[in-house]
Amino acid sequence: MKQSKVSRLTGGLSLGAALLLTGCEGGVLDPKGQVGIDEKNLIIIATVLMLIVVIPVIFLTLYFAWKYRAGNKDAPYTPKWAHSTKIELVVWLIPCVIIVILGTITWISTHRLDPYQPLEHEQEALDVEVVSLNWKWLFIYPEQGIATVNKLVIPTGRPVSFRLTSESTMNSFFIPQLGSQIYTMAAMATRLNLIADEPGTYQGISANYSGAGFTGMKFDTVATASEADFNAWVDEVKASGQALNTETYEALTAPSEYHPVTYYSTVKSGLFDDILMKFMQHHGRTPLAMPDDAMGHSAHQAKHTEAAAHAAVEE
Amino acid sequence: MLGKLTLDAIPYHEPIIVVTLAVVGVVGLLLAVALTKYKKWGYLWREWITSVDHKRLGIMYIILALVMLLRGFADAIMMRTQLAVATGGAEGYLPPEHYDQIFTAHGVIMIIFMAMPFMIGLMNIVVPMQIGTRDVAFPFLNNLSFWLAVSGALLVNISLGVGEFAKTGWVAYPPLSGLNYSPGVGVDYYIWALQISGIGTTLTGVNFLATVIKMRTPGMKLMHMPIFTWTCTWANILIVASFPILTGALAMLTLDRYLDFHFFTNDLGGNSMMYINLFWAWGHPEVYILVLPAFGIFSEVISTFTGKRLFGYKSMVLASGAISVLGFIVWLHHFFTMGSSANVNAFFGVTTMIIAVPTGVKLFNWLFTMYRGRLRFTTPVLWTLGFMVTFTIGGMTGVLLSVPGADYVLHNSLFLIAHFHNTIIGGAVFGYLAGFAYWFPKAMGYTLDEKWGKRAFWCWQIGFYCAFMPLYVLGFLGMTRRLNHSDNPDWNIWLYIACVGAFIIALGIACQLIQLYVSYRNREQNRDLTGDPWNGHTLEWASASPPQFYNFAVEPKVDDIDAFTEMKERGHAYHRPDSYAPIHMPKNTGVGFVMGMLLTAAGFGAVWHIWWLVIAALLGTLAAFLVRCYDNDVDYYVQPDEIERIEDAHLTAVQLDNTLKA
Amino acid sequence: MSTSVLIPEAPVRLAPEQAHDLSHEQDHEHHDSGSNTLFGFWLYLMTDCLLFASAFATYAVLFMNTAGGVSGKDIFELDFVLVETFALLFSSITYGFAMLAAHKQNRSATLMWLAVTFCLGAVFIGMEVYEFNHLISHGHGPQTSAFLTAFFSLVGMHGLHVTAGLIWMLVMMLEVSKRGLGNRTRTRLGCLSLFWHFLDVVWICVFTVVYLMGSV
Repeated sequence: MKQSKVSRLTGGLSLGAALLLTGCEGGVLDPKGQVGIDEKNLIIIATVLMLIVVIPVIFLTLYFAWKYRAGNKDAPYTPKWAHSTKIELVVWLIPCVIIVILGTITWISTHRLDPYQPLEHEQEALDVEVVSLNWKWLFIYPEQGIATVNKLVIPTGRPVSFRLTSESTMNSFFIPQLGSQIYTMAAMATRLNLIADEPGTYQGISANYSGAGFTGMKFDTVATASEADFNAWVDEVKASGQALNTETYEALTAPSEYHPVTYYSTVKSGLFDDILMKFMQHHGRTPLAMPDDAMGHSAHQAKHTEAAAHAAVEE
Repeated sequence: MLGKLTLDAIPYHEPIIVVTLAVVGVVGLLLAVALTKYKKWGYLWREWITSVDHKRLGIMYIILALVMLLRGFADAIMMRTQLAVATGGAEGYLPPEHYDQIFTAHGVIMIIFMAMPFMIGLMNIVVPMQIGTRDVAFPFLNNLSFWLAVSGALLVNISLGVGEFAKTGWVAYPPLSGLNYSPGVGVDYYIWALQISGIGTTLTGVNFLATVIKMRTPGMKLMHMPIFTWTCTWANILIVASFPILTGALAMLTLDRYLDFHFFTNDLGGNSMMYINLFWAWGHPEVYILVLPAFGIFSEVISTFTGKRLFGYKSMVLASGAISVLGFIVWLHHFFTMGSSANVNAFFGVTTMIIAVPTGVKLFNWLFTMYRGRLRFTTPVLWTLGFMVTFTIGGMTGVLLSVPGADYVLHNSLFLIAHFHNTIIGGAVFGYLAGFAYWFPKAMGYTLDEKWGKRAFWCWQIGFYCAFMPLYVLGFLGMTRRLNHSDNPDWNIWLYIACVGAFIIALGIACQLIQLYVSYRNREQNRDLTGDPWNGHTLEWASASPPQFYNFAVEPKVDDIDAFTEMKERGHAYHRPDSYAPIHMPKNTGVGFVMGMLLTAAGFGAVWHIWWLVIAALLGTLAAFLVRCYDNDVDYYVQPDEIERIEDAHLTAVQLDNTLKA
Repeated sequence: MSTSVLIPEAPVRLAPEQAHDLSHEQDHEHHDSGSNTLFGFWLYLMTDCLLFASAFATYAVLFMNTAGGVSGKDIFELDFVLVETFALLFSSITYGFAMLAAHKQNRSATLMWLAVTFCLGAVFIGMEVYEFNHLISHGHGPQTSAFLTAFFSLVGMHGLHVTAGLIWMLVMMLEVSKRGLGNRTRTRLGCLSLFWHFLDVVWICVFTVVYLMGSV
């Protein structure tokens, strides 16, 4: 009786999970960009692969418990039987095989989904620089010379290449429907490459707790239907009149919650690097001292040396 | 004189805290009155507070764990209700100021002050008995370790009424936990509570490793040790190898906060990623420290109640060892999203999923232990079956998270929260509760009430699925952790279900408290007279229940695993020797308690910058330690006539029981 | 719970003197027997070793982060540190002599060698304090950069250990002079010996990693 309760429960759960996988809107199972789609597929493949072991184990647990219950005197009973090389071999082998397959998938997918790697696409990527502040997001468009707070607008169907850093605490830049997230940290720049394949508005969040105003650290990501729409939006921002220079940036660094969407028609050139260098200039210049060099990221390393050169000029 | 401490530190304007403190105060007062009325203060001091007996320390550890479970669970209920209320733009009843402390305290308490003491308590009660020894290698140190754990727990609880707790999450990542972004005393409470209790845990690890290596009963080879002792030994190796890293990381954070050093600051070249690496170099082994002993408990429970030897003992030992070693090379999976290269992420992803192999082997071995057995559905068995089903799901989601590509979208989401509760509740806590029911008669002398035990199990089991399966869904829906409120209508239904689940678990906890009460009330009917209520396999069941304070009158001779089963089968069990030799025992001492309380004072002083208190308390601690070192009156001998009296009482009870059964 | 079984009402205890005689005769089954203590202490040293490993790792990550201030090359005086190093190395040798004397039950020689060891250790600590003081007075305190933070912490942590060792040594000298060289005292001298040699090994690592590699 007890077992049937358990099985009913798990049955219900897997049913619920199945319903979910098909029927949800928003979130990471409803991706709107290639990166997110690849990651969703990866989740499904890995899950199915594991279910090959997980379902039999759950079933056998309940079946053995029921079959070899104390009341069932018909079942064989071998109290001293405690070893079987054959069974041992099989129980080591099955998980090993699954893990070899999954490990291979992991190795390949991790390289393919490396957030630092530019997406293969006929169009050139749009550069966006992201700064997390307490508790809002600043987006700088270096080519367009504009900046926004708490609103990210990108053209649909064109890769976006983000460089990210933080003014203060660590945050994680995440647009669930577009895929991968990445940390933003002071004194270093991380990178992320995403694309929106469908026009729409997708919520962006900070996925790493950063203090009292963290909950409100949200932004809308608008994927415009066309490049022209995007350009029109850029013009709109340019017409807004406010400038982001050292003073206005300083004012922006003051902690605030639910910061309203703000447009800046001009941006002090090199502002992102200035923010980065505020702390990074204190870091050494040989490879040993580079925080993420220990992790061996070449893309970042290049950027780092570039930034270090910048520091040298300042000195 | 009082450093930073002023009257403003008392949160008398916070109704929730004031009510909590009032309740704690009233309960404390009632306890004090009761102790005074029944003249039990002396008894409490002589027999418990100063005890160096591993069994009594074990019981006190578990009491500490249960008290802290209530505290940590109260935090959990508040969080779940806040999130269920604060939807659709509502602010809820807990502002971030308060809520952020609650989720930090919940994590710290549940890991450090609930799971750890529970695990260490069971280990204290059982391990020395399983290896047939009379005490641990360093009984005084064992008492000190316990009081250091209490000291840390006290600091966490004091923070509720004086000042605040950290608002950083239980990982306390800098720069958020640095002085710039957390200027209050919360992080300082966090640091000193973890530091003091962590040192106690390190000492426990050293103590039990020395015990297991040096003090096994004659004939017991390492590969004869019961499986629970083995898994505890692996856990102790992990403690010894990982807790110093936590000590180091916390010390560096302390220097940053107190002396303006620059380990983890943003400016002057500090590197906060170093903290994150160090923290998880401890933190990941820590979860195996919690779960490995639970694995051992399941092995003992399944083998005992199915009336069979454990299938694949060597595989089990080996698998636990593999998990321990691998546990040290996976820490980076806690931050795949930090921007490491694909090679690094893939390496740590693969090492992480390799851990699924030995874990899978363990599951299969439990299955084949049940195979061709006679399984009795007692409460510990229910916990074990519940674990096998639940943990398998948690293991699966864990492997999924170890795939970096999947983690990029699931990291820090409620999916992650669901996963680790799935493994820590479904693995560790279910294990401890199984062990609690399994060894309760051994420690206390009477069995627990089965009816209430099963009720507790079903409430926990159903409550767990209600509370945490929705979090998997919410993770997929893009809800991240540590949010204070939400405004996504798609999330609401899941948040409501999760909240209901938490209340069902609360019912489970209530059932357990009732179970304790009912079992105590009916203790005379449920007395375990033989010391072997379940027909056990291992040496702890050879003693009386509760065990003679010297454990074994004669050191048992062992030449196989399942030593007690062998003894029973060969008719060697309950053997009465012709004469007994005197037994050498350690005397109780109050020094551990004094040192623990002085260090609490030192920690409190450090939190509030009351430097005279810190210096005085540290000097006092050193003085107490020296007094202990030069005290020659630390042991005594139990005389044969007394041993004979105690042993005869036990053997007569066993005989009587046998006659009754026959 | 019932405690009648667990704790006898009136445990029969031997008179203290009697108990002590017994405990010395039956030292092999003593709870705190020498071999257990030494093994336990060795385990503790392993945890300490990992603590140092964390500090070394942090130093390796931070040592180039000089924040535009001084680096190792600018502040390390190898000659000075070499003298410091030899003081500590010799103290390990003299401690060895103290242990030999202790095993021969030669109380005065033990005390003499302990005193010599103490003096050498004190010289080491004195020189370290001088070095730290010198650096701080020149504006190179641990608050100045991550490099100096890591340097002061690693070297200072070792220094704190040595200081603890010195205090312990004082206590042991008192113990040896008051109580002679019984089993318990010799075990404690053995633990301190492990501790002292361990600190020597750690210092060799500090000297190599911090000073030598930092000066090139």
